[in-house]
Amino acid sequence: MLRYTIPLIIFTALVLFFAVGLQRDPRQVPSPFIDKPAPELGVSQLRTPSKEIYRSDLLGKPALINVWASWCVACRAEHEVLMRLARETRLPIIGLNYKDERGAALQWLANLGDPYAAIAVDTDGQVGIEWGVYGVPESFLLDPEGVIRYKQIGPLTWKVVEDKLLPLIRSFETQGG
Amino acid sequence: MIRTLLLMVILAGPQVVFAADPAIFKFDDPSQEARFQQLAEELRCLVCQNQSLADSHADLAGDLRREIYQKMQQGASNEEIVDFLVQRYGDFVLYRPPMQPTTYLLWFGPVLLLLLGFGVFIVAMRRRHQTLTPTLSEAEHRRMAKLLEEENS
Repeated sequence: MLRYTIPLIIFTALVLFFAVGLQRDPRQVPSPFIDKPAPELGVSQLRTPSKEIYRSDLLGKPALINVWASWCVACRAEHEVLMRLARETRLPIIGLNYKDERGAALQWLANLGDPYAAIAVDTDGQVGIEWGVYGVPESFLLDPEGVIRYKQIGPLTWKVVEDKLLPLIRSFETQGG
Repeated sequence: MIRTLLLMVILAGPQVVFAADPAIFKFDDPSQEARFQQLAEELRCLVCQNQSLADSHADLAGDLRREIYQKMQQGASNEEIVDFLVQRYGDFVLYRPPMQPTTYLLWFGPVLLLLLGFGVFIVAMRRRHQTLTPTLSEAEHRRMAKLLEEENS
């Protein structure tokens, strides 16, 4: 009896092991930044290039940092979600315009609407490297202390907003008050 | 002839691609260039995940190669450069994962499996040995001893 049950147990364990492994998305590289202070921005702003934006500008309330570019196809789908987020919540959305051309980026906002409270310009991808960005779009949720609490790789969907972002933002409020 | 030419083209392909990149970066010292190449080969590109930074054509890989180059020019050590990338992209950028509780199974799993297999092998061999060796009952023993005695006398 044992000679059949032991291989069966091993086989079942392997099947479970592979089933779990295959369902994980290898593109979702866990960010080492979760629960760590957000890196610095320190670059000029898209709409007013004479003004710079710093990490300290984001403190005091939760903020969403959204990495985007006008050449990014997935960003187009995400844009509607950002627009709705800007409309329905008071969460400030800070754009990080990644390796884009200023004219093309401004045109994009003129065409599709502008959900951003401010937009940092990352011309050569240097800020992206500091933030561990490896694809566009990516989004980081910062708590009021400027600590990264969630990272979305790939486009934000409304489901992600409802399931992840909003509960986290509510948890900041209860912690703070 | 055509086959040889084709083979040459195939063999030349990847090397041309490979050689194209370091040319962008100028090194005074060939050992620095070798060090750069070695670092880029040990680090994984996050976009094309099965390629190293040295092999990958992804935009980000190019940026990270530039980052490594700049850090080297500033006199950073290999550890400092690797730490910089691990802090931003996690252990994922390393082709050789560090030894830590979450990777113990990865490091020691194969040895454990080997030992387990060896153990199973030993047990199986012993069992086989036992079934193959005939055992005599007490009566048979006495009979055999008696037969031997008769033969010797």
